[in-house]
Amino acid sequence: MGQITLENVTKSFGETQVIPPLDLDIQDGEFTVFVGPSGCGKSTLLRLIAGLEDITSGTIRIDGTDATDIPPAKRGLAMVFQSYALYPHMSVRKNIAFPMRMAGIDAAEQERRIEQAAAALNLTDYLDRRPGQLSGGQRQRVAIGRAIVREPAAFLFDEPLSNLDAALRVGMRLEISELHKRLATTMIYVTHDQVEAMTMADKIVVLRAGHIEQVGSPLELYRNPRNTFVAGFIGSPKMNLIEGEEAARNDAHTLGIRPEHIDVSATEGAWHGKVGVAEHLGSDTFFHVHETGLAETITVRAPGEVNFRHGDTIYMTPRSEQLHRFGADGLRIG
Amino acid sequence: MATKASRSAARVMMAPAVVLLLGWMLVPLIMTLWFSFRTYLPLRGGDQGWTGFDNYVRFVTSSSFWPAISTTLVLLIGVLAITIICGVLLAILLDQPMWGQGAVRILVIAPFFVMPTVSALVWKNMFMDPTNGLLAHLWRFFGADSVSWLSDVPMLSLIMIVSWQWLPFATLILLTAIQSLDGEQMEAAEMDGASVLSRFFYIALPHLSRAITIVILIQTIFLLAIFAEIFVTTGGAFGTRTLSYLIFQRVLESQNIGLGSAGGVYAIILANIVAIFLMRIVGKNLD
Amino acid sequence: MARAVTNQRKAINTAAAWIIGLLIFFPILWTILTSFKSEAQAIADPPIFLFFDWTTENYSTVMERSNYARFLWNSIFIAGGSTILGLIIAVPAAWSMAFVPSRRTKDILLWMLSTKMLPAVGVLYPIYLLFIQFGLLDNVYGLTFVLMLINLPIIVWMLYTYFREIPGEILEAARMDGAGLREEIFFVLTPMALPGIASTLLLNFILAWNEAFWTLNLTAAKAAPLTAFIASYSSPEGLFYAKLSAASTMAIAPILILGWFSQKQLVRGLTFGAVK
Repeated sequence: MGQITLENVTKSFGETQVIPPLDLDIQDGEFTVFVGPSGCGKSTLLRLIAGLEDITSGTIRIDGTDATDIPPAKRGLAMVFQSYALYPHMSVRKNIAFPMRMAGIDAAEQERRIEQAAAALNLTDYLDRRPGQLSGGQRQRVAIGRAIVREPAAFLFDEPLSNLDAALRVGMRLEISELHKRLATTMIYVTHDQVEAMTMADKIVVLRAGHIEQVGSPLELYRNPRNTFVAGFIGSPKMNLIEGEEAARNDAHTLGIRPEHIDVSATEGAWHGKVGVAEHLGSDTFFHVHETGLAETITVRAPGEVNFRHGDTIYMTPRSEQLHRFGADGLRIG
Repeated sequence: MATKASRSAARVMMAPAVVLLLGWMLVPLIMTLWFSFRTYLPLRGGDQGWTGFDNYVRFVTSSSFWPAISTTLVLLIGVLAITIICGVLLAILLDQPMWGQGAVRILVIAPFFVMPTVSALVWKNMFMDPTNGLLAHLWRFFGADSVSWLSDVPMLSLIMIVSWQWLPFATLILLTAIQSLDGEQMEAAEMDGASVLSRFFYIALPHLSRAITIVILIQTIFLLAIFAEIFVTTGGAFGTRTLSYLIFQRVLESQNIGLGSAGGVYAIILANIVAIFLMRIVGKNLD
Repeated sequence: MARAVTNQRKAINTAAAWIIGLLIFFPILWTILTSFKSEAQAIADPPIFLFFDWTTENYSTVMERSNYARFLWNSIFIAGGSTILGLIIAVPAAWSMAFVPSRRTKDILLWMLSTKMLPAVGVLYPIYLLFIQFGLLDNVYGLTFVLMLINLPIIVWMLYTYFREIPGEILEAARMDGAGLREEIFFVLTPMALPGIASTLLLNFILAWNEAFWTLNLTAAKAAPLTAFIASYSSPEGLFYAKLSAASTMAIAPILILGWFSQKQLVRGLTFGAVK
């Protein structure tokens, strides 16, 4: 079981309030991702749930029990840290055994769980090494192994992939997702990378300055961003946000259109501009278009075979059913 | 960044150290302050009551006060100058590529580990003795008259002994500082066309300035309190009586506690002035 | 990046450094050599460097005459005791300051440092008086306690700088793994900081061993450590060079060896972490 409820939770460091009153419900077995730019309070929120920081006011419930004053060691949660936080003086085996040793689990059971976790995480050959002798990805797996053997109510991940290189990150992303499918345990995952959020989450919580901007499934957030911040944050490349005359014609303060929802042509279209940089990914090509009179740059996605060169004039037509309209307060209209 | 529980644990765990040091500082300090305002002669009538600032006035107006101050300063400046200048040069030399670097380092550091009474005695008897000392042999070998070091040039001798003890300290710290100098920065300067000399003055020396300041401050604190070297070599004779030694004599030799305590208060104030500068630097390092 | 240097230049460096190094080391070398000479050869003119009749009789004379073993034991007891006692008090304090810093942590650290700078001579008489009052004069326990207090700020500081290098996340991981405060300190912090704790121990042992103000002023016959033992050679025995050398060698040899082991960590300890 791992249902976590935050009621009216706030956190202040001295005079500065980093988390204004906040409510959040995380269902048992859900993969929840906290995402937001750096300094948005997502890590603080995770640490509050972990118990590594006191909340200033409010209540945290884990499976219905008030956990607000329970020390981290007793909350039954496991955490994977950004730096992995492995014990450098212990072998991999001892690292994984440590939480069980603290819990007083008998040796045979410890051994059984270690073997099981090691097999699942491809660590069997490395059990007697020290963390210092492992690669980044292997360390990451040890950290996850150490979390698994506790059989926690929920896993907390604090930007666990940010120290890995790009290729490994994709692989580990899949592994963590698979782990979640297999264990079906609640996971809370903090990241600043919206791609990780989109690909892994059942539920995304977008945070800015301690505020929850929107909660929803990845596709909900992609299709119906509640405001311009979420619109700009979710999706890659970013949604084009257009203000001024063009927006006013659509009865909006800001008009949003994703690069993939714009059709391009060399001859005709609603908008036009000059091609700046073209990024060829093979399957797709992204054109960064200037001098459109709409915004400084409009990004459009076209199939890989479409070719415009630097300085060419490009015509663009947004698909009207995919236009997002936002009011002056940044909130979505309609 | 922590919880209430860990904060209160921290307070409890810090308490023994804080309480002990607070006691160690306050109890003797208050007693010294108290004695400094009294006429207190344990061997000649004991505590004879309140005298106000008499001890303070007497201490600074006594004929030994200014000589003691100047002795202290000469010793301090002499040792600092020798250890810093030689220390910088030696540190640069030791930083060069060579064979047996580790072994040389060990040789250079060794004097720092010699207990002060030993180094004072060895220098006094085996090197500076006017008849049998090694320096006397050396002087005679070159046809010169041997020097009676500790009575003829007592301050020079004392400065030599103390510098020998502290040169390793300065060298070691400056060497560490030099080694932390970014090699790429030096190479960039070289690419920019800086000569060896200008690289030394514009890059190495400014980089060392912090380490030099720290060496100066720490040595100052220890040198102001220097005791065993004087106690063993001259016993304060021949104009080698520093401020601390003067206070020591007032307290333990002439048993004038009031006067000695007033001197002690002066010494404490003096040390604190230096300490403030040192703590500023150390404190900045904490952030 | 180390750059290729001509062997010629390297040879010059080597020669210069060795000459200066040997010059600095010479008084110690000379003392050790002299300790193996006869008194007559010790003052021979011209001095004899190596080709004398090696003898160990000075060592046996010194040990017989002055009860060297007791001084040695006092030194070991005082230096070792004060260091261990200091560590026991300092480890929790340094943990607090390194991992649960508050706004006052910095002030407390600097204040601790400032107690180290109190000139001993300024508080000599009060301590002397208190020692008489409590019957601690010429008592190894009293001296151990005083030296512990003197070195406590350095011990706290050194440990603090070592602890600060341990990422807080690892201790948090231990907390998440179910470790209480005691387990966190014993199973995670202490083993990780072991090299730092060892060098703190070593440096403070050396400092206490060589301390020569309180050891000279608060002891007489019973509790005197080697510093006082050597000071007693001031005169007239000091004129017997071979015996003086033997006594000196015995007083400095153990610490010289320990010191060489600790030299890498020395800088940090002596500069309160300001130079690393």
